[in-house]
Amino acid sequence: MNSPAASPVTNPATSELTGGGAVRRVAIAVAVLALVAVPYAIEQVYYVNIASQILLYAVFALGLNVLVGYAGLVSLGHAGLFGVAAYVVAYLLAAGHGHALAILAGLAAGLVATAGFAALALRATGISFIMITLALGEIIWGLAYRWISITGGDNGISVSTRPMPFGLSLDAPRAFYDATLIVFLLAVGAVAIFVRSPFGAALCGTRDQPRRMNALGYHVLMIRFWAFMFSGLLTSVAGILFVYYTEFISPQALALTASAEGLLMVISGGAGTLLGPVVGAALVVIVKNVVSAYITRWNFMLGAIFVAIVVFMPEGLVPGAVRLTRSAWQSASRQKGTTRNAAASAPRPQS
Amino acid sequence: MSRKLMSRKVSRRAVLAGTAVGAAAALTRFPAPAVAQAKPFKLGLLTVKTGPLAQGGIQMEQGVITYLKETNYTIGGRKVDFVSADTGGNPAGAKTKAQELVERDNVDVILGPLAAFELYAINEYVQQQKMPVLSLAAADNLTQRTPNPYLLRASATSSQAMQPMGHYAATELKLKRAFCITEDFAFGYEQIGGFQAAFQKDGGCVVNKLWPPLVTPDYTPYVAQISDCDVVCQGFAGSNPLRFMKAYASAGLKYPVVTGETGADDALLKSYGDEAIGLVSCCPYTLDVQTDANHRFIDGMLKNYNAVPGQYAALLYVNCQVVDAALKATGGESGDREKFMAALKAVNLTDTPRGPLKFDHLNNVVGTFYIRRIGTKGAKYGLKLWNEVIKTYDNVSQFWTWPEAEFLAHPVYSRDYPPLTKC
Repeated sequence: MNSPAASPVTNPATSELTGGGAVRRVAIAVAVLALVAVPYAIEQVYYVNIASQILLYAVFALGLNVLVGYAGLVSLGHAGLFGVAAYVVAYLLAAGHGHALAILAGLAAGLVATAGFAALALRATGISFIMITLALGEIIWGLAYRWISITGGDNGISVSTRPMPFGLSLDAPRAFYDATLIVFLLAVGAVAIFVRSPFGAALCGTRDQPRRMNALGYHVLMIRFWAFMFSGLLTSVAGILFVYYTEFISPQALALTASAEGLLMVISGGAGTLLGPVVGAALVVIVKNVVSAYITRWNFMLGAIFVAIVVFMPEGLVPGAVRLTRSAWQSASRQKGTTRNAAASAPRPQS
Repeated sequence: MSRKLMSRKVSRRAVLAGTAVGAAAALTRFPAPAVAQAKPFKLGLLTVKTGPLAQGGIQMEQGVITYLKETNYTIGGRKVDFVSADTGGNPAGAKTKAQELVERDNVDVILGPLAAFELYAINEYVQQQKMPVLSLAAADNLTQRTPNPYLLRASATSSQAMQPMGHYAATELKLKRAFCITEDFAFGYEQIGGFQAAFQKDGGCVVNKLWPPLVTPDYTPYVAQISDCDVVCQGFAGSNPLRFMKAYASAGLKYPVVTGETGADDALLKSYGDEAIGLVSCCPYTLDVQTDANHRFIDGMLKNYNAVPGQYAALLYVNCQVVDAALKATGGESGDREKFMAALKAVNLTDTPRGPLKFDHLNNVVGTFYIRRIGTKGAKYGLKLWNEVIKTYDNVSQFWTWPEAEFLAHPVYSRDYPPLTKC
């Protein structure tokens, strides 16, 4: 899979990551520092909790984006995978097991469910893939709802404690934010490495030219399968964060609307970009939780925002913003160019 | 109606703006007017204003606002700051909004939420925060086998209204064989379980139980299975009772129908037609309750919203009365949560829209329940149908007539408990 043939099919979005040098590194450092500083900058605990939610949904959206953005496979069943991990953790904790076992079992169960999803859904692409994942997600929802002896039906399962890694309590919102941030940064790093790897390039190849990739000797189905597994892993991690965050799980967290919300995060932020899903998650969580306190019809507002994104930035917020700033730069530099003294200060629109 | 809701929002924003201006004034050392005034009492409401549960959720808010308008936004001698939050009808939303009310708005008490799964989602949290919650959610176990000391329920458990209904059907209607049908979720199981237990205790038996999904477009296939009985017990909620009764009547079935608190709610009367005539129900609230508070409440709802209220609005109004009474008892003091919670539990009122009420040691209401039959006689407020009270049960506890220990020794009512027996 490390064939040099992978390089011609690099994704333009990934080059955005690889490009730049010191400036980019500084930007990343500033962003990480800003995220670390969030709980200290915000006085009210409530907003720290919102920030934790943004990060955990961002992990969910990052996982979904591996499939939607890089593999070109739109899944409407990811909330099911999210739920499998969350339910296994909640069930084991309620049965009196320890956190380490519960988390590992949750991840394992999430991955097994993902493998099942992948084995069934990857027989198709396009609309059929969407419909199969939708059906599988609904099956998991149905199990959560009806297998009452295990899941408690719609009364759900409560979790009363959070884990204590290295003896540090995560009960306080700020501590939980820090833990979520670490997981989030690991997830972003993992996706960045994944996308920049030859495997990521091959995955983008299967999205853009599946037949050609097949002719070049790539095993398209296996590439998609492992991408699905990676996506499922991140989704399971998000599910586990969710169950520890809310300390409760019930079938509503697995419903179709939850899958659709994840998809909206990916698409509104920018599918196939590293930061798009993160921005999308922030947008959805903020409108849902913060704006809804001021606007009764917040659903309309969310809808209006999405319509605006589709009209003005069909590629999503992050790539759209990049495009708009670039064209602004270019028109500015063109004006300067007429006076022929600003050629050196031209930005890097070529990257 | 939406205009009203919006205006509340605007005023809340104005409050925020006011605080911002106040803070700015303090920073610039502007001589702030020193008004000696008690801190306003912060009343939080967790309700559902979007999604399928919104209809009940909006009535909840109307009930609260009707009470606050009547008392000119002053309870227990303190000015009230009312904060309403929309959970969207899902547990994660309920948790976030509970945090918003507790951590950002610093409320003194939370009214709501509506659905059992929302209450379960915030159950641990409100105990950690020692936040008194007066919920409408009926989940039996939260005042039974796994009680939450900070939960007070002035409405009813899921089974509380169905137990007298079962008793009435067996002893007064002299019915023997019941066919039960309700939605496939915990509220449905607990209602039917309560009916079955009380009905069997008095000599009846249950032929079969059917559980259509919460969202069932057409009840005809379920209605077609109803046979071999002399009474049908339905426990539908929301707008489902309307559709069930239509399907039932158009199938030509003539067995009498009994139901619980949601199946014949007064707010549904305007939407029901002839198919509902004869429907017998048991409810903790009915429009016919002859108390001053109920007259004030109904007049307020008609004036403010031009709506004939049902139990959602009425029970929230009752919750406000309970908070008001507790605050009066503590002399306006709500800072010590344990003391305030004790005061809430000790509330004993007679003049409420639902009649007299007090609380048992597990914080659930002991109050009057009304058996009603839908007819046309006595209809008021422009309605064509009316729930006529045919019997009242006073001092109904969540344990009905069983001793508490015996009741709690059984598992919580579920799909499989009590089991079906040979009938």
